[in-house]
Amino acid sequence: MDMAVQRRVEVSEIGDVTVVQFVDRKIIDAVSIQELGDELFVLVEQENRKSLLLNFETVEFLSSAALNKLVVLDTKVKAHSGKLRLCCLRPEITEVFQITNLNRVFDIRDDESTALASF
Amino acid sequence: MAKDSWNWKHKERIPSDMNEGTRLIQSMLGQLEQHGWAEESFGVHLAVEEALVNAVRHGNRFDTSKRVDVDLRVSPDRVFVEIADEGEGFQPDELPDPTREENLEKPTGRGVMLMRNFMDRVEFNERGNQVTMEKRRP
Repeated sequence: MDMAVQRRVEVSEIGDVTVVQFVDRKIIDAVSIQELGDELFVLVEQENRKSLLLNFETVEFLSSAALNKLVVLDTKVKAHSGKLRLCCLRPEITEVFQITNLNRVFDIRDDESTALASF
Repeated sequence: MAKDSWNWKHKERIPSDMNEGTRLIQSMLGQLEQHGWAEESFGVHLAVEEALVNAVRHGNRFDTSKRVDVDLRVSPDRVFVEIADEGEGFQPDELPDPTREENLEKPTGRGVMLMRNFMDRVEFNERGNQVTMEKRRP
């Protein structure tokens, strides 16, 4: 049973896929990002979830520190032979992924149903 | 050249604390909205956020005895930001390119790149502990 207190993400399951939504609309400050990372890493490393979808529809803003945390998450998912998808990015957030070329690292889909179908 | 007149200026020395940085950013965002920069405010916000985090984290290394000098100015035609820390500085030319294939999966190095993307001018002083950024109407 998962004893971790989740403050930064809301986790649900759709079939075999773990869907994560973010509590914070703006993912900026270091403490929040650290906690967010810890909660996501638990899902992969302790709960061994293999199919992870991050739904960004509520996210209005994120900093490079948040991007860096996602890169670490991606590394961990790959190390655990899992799959990670992102979906529902707002245009400004999509632009940030494009500027940093991280759209080549992450599998980003327009909407949740398309993302779910891709697992 | 006529001296620029600013509709809003704010200069402050803050401790190495991002809560203080957030306060200044919130003030600035309101001014950006008011002076016709709503469409660009996401990018300016991100650039200032990255610069402040760099000053606090990399420049001052979270040393609360060290200060960050912040100079923010907004007019309908121009946005100006200058941020200086008390650190040793760094050489921005020596930053690895985070968009290169070999660096994509490294969890570092995207802040300055985002600053350069969203602002028209990003310049560091020789020591590398002060950044000046501007955005101008075309």
